[in-house]
Amino acid sequence: MKTTKIIGTGSCVPDRIVTNDELAGVVDTSDSWIQERTGICRRHISVKETTSELAAEAARAAVLDAGILPEDLGLIIAATSSADTVMPTVACRVQAALGNRSAVCFDLNAACSGFLYSLNVAHSMIKSGLCSTALVVGAENMSKTIDWTDRGTCVLFGDGAGACVLQASDDGWISTVSGADGLRGDVLTYAGNTLHNFLTAPLSGETPYMKMDGQAVFKFAVKTVPACINSLLEQAGCRKQDVRWYLLHQANERIISAAARRLGEPIEKFPINLNEYGNTSAASIPILLDEMNREGRLEQGDKIVLAGFGAGLTWGATLLTWQDDHRKMNGTKKGK
Amino acid sequence: MLEKMREIIAEQLNAEAESITEASSFKEDLGADSLDLFELVMALEEEYHVEIPSEDLANLSTVGDVMNYLKEKGVEG
Repeated sequence: MKTTKIIGTGSCVPDRIVTNDELAGVVDTSDSWIQERTGICRRHISVKETTSELAAEAARAAVLDAGILPEDLGLIIAATSSADTVMPTVACRVQAALGNRSAVCFDLNAACSGFLYSLNVAHSMIKSGLCSTALVVGAENMSKTIDWTDRGTCVLFGDGAGACVLQASDDGWISTVSGADGLRGDVLTYAGNTLHNFLTAPLSGETPYMKMDGQAVFKFAVKTVPACINSLLEQAGCRKQDVRWYLLHQANERIISAAARRLGEPIEKFPINLNEYGNTSAASIPILLDEMNREGRLEQGDKIVLAGFGAGLTWGATLLTWQDDHRKMNGTKKGK
Repeated sequence: MLEKMREIIAEQLNAEAESITEASSFKEDLGADSLDLFELVMALEEEYHVEIPSEDLANLSTVGDVMNYLKEKGVEG
């Protein structure tokens, strides 16, 4: 086995839909303002669903789609920056929900790049022989991290989870490029539960919620994503015309269209579902991948670029060929 | 500088180059929203090799404002 391939996908979003119009009753904004600047029409916001419950549902669907049993998983990574609890991790909660007792389980936080980073780690662990089948789930409750009085950020995010099962294979994963620039970390922050001990006063004055310098993040994304994808394709010796799909982190339609323009690639190659879900951080790419898989839009041999970017600042892109041949054998191939 | 600026602005904002003057307001006359301006800022930064931080953007509402700003930054024109 020379590499890894994705053999199953799943996703889960909360039932409760919040439209732009409903948000206009919470902060001073409007449907047209949000749609024109982001492409977002609505988002799914959890009422009772925890990050782990969303993750477990996405994981169950991915395991079913892969045609494996939960006990086949030797590794579970949950990519999240909104874990329900620091301990136990979302990954361990997913393991419990699946009834698996043998996998290595941990959370990985690389903000919106978390799914790409986690996929890299799972791929590397499989390739090095530490396990043969892994589950990677991106799961977020972004609605709990947001300042609902800040109209610049609260309209952007949504909740959800997306998962995929990765397995040792002769074909599939081709190449990856990822990185981070901690020196620019202050343009997108979420303090969460800040730490203190009995020697220090509780840290005060700092908002626990997400804060964003919109212009700096926009420029970072529009510059970094095409540069990252260009070096990925160069590294892999793959021509742009041979790429079937670019699945970018679903942060903002304007970022995606600006990135497409800079890459010189037609916007039709960039599927978008942020109109329905908003920015679900580490969950956005696997939710989109699952939708495309279930709609039968991914075909054997399709070259797909997955690219994430986010707080840290972090970024990552992976090139793979979609492998569908195992589905014919186990009879789970999707109809069109 | 105005000629080059017109060219960049026309391309970024999908506007007619001839209609762009120093007095043109990005928001009112050229219909740009904040994200259009972010893209325009990136194009200007790349063309003139300067950095335009977020806090300076608020003071740049017309084409003339940007030309003055770039001159203050030492851009020859």
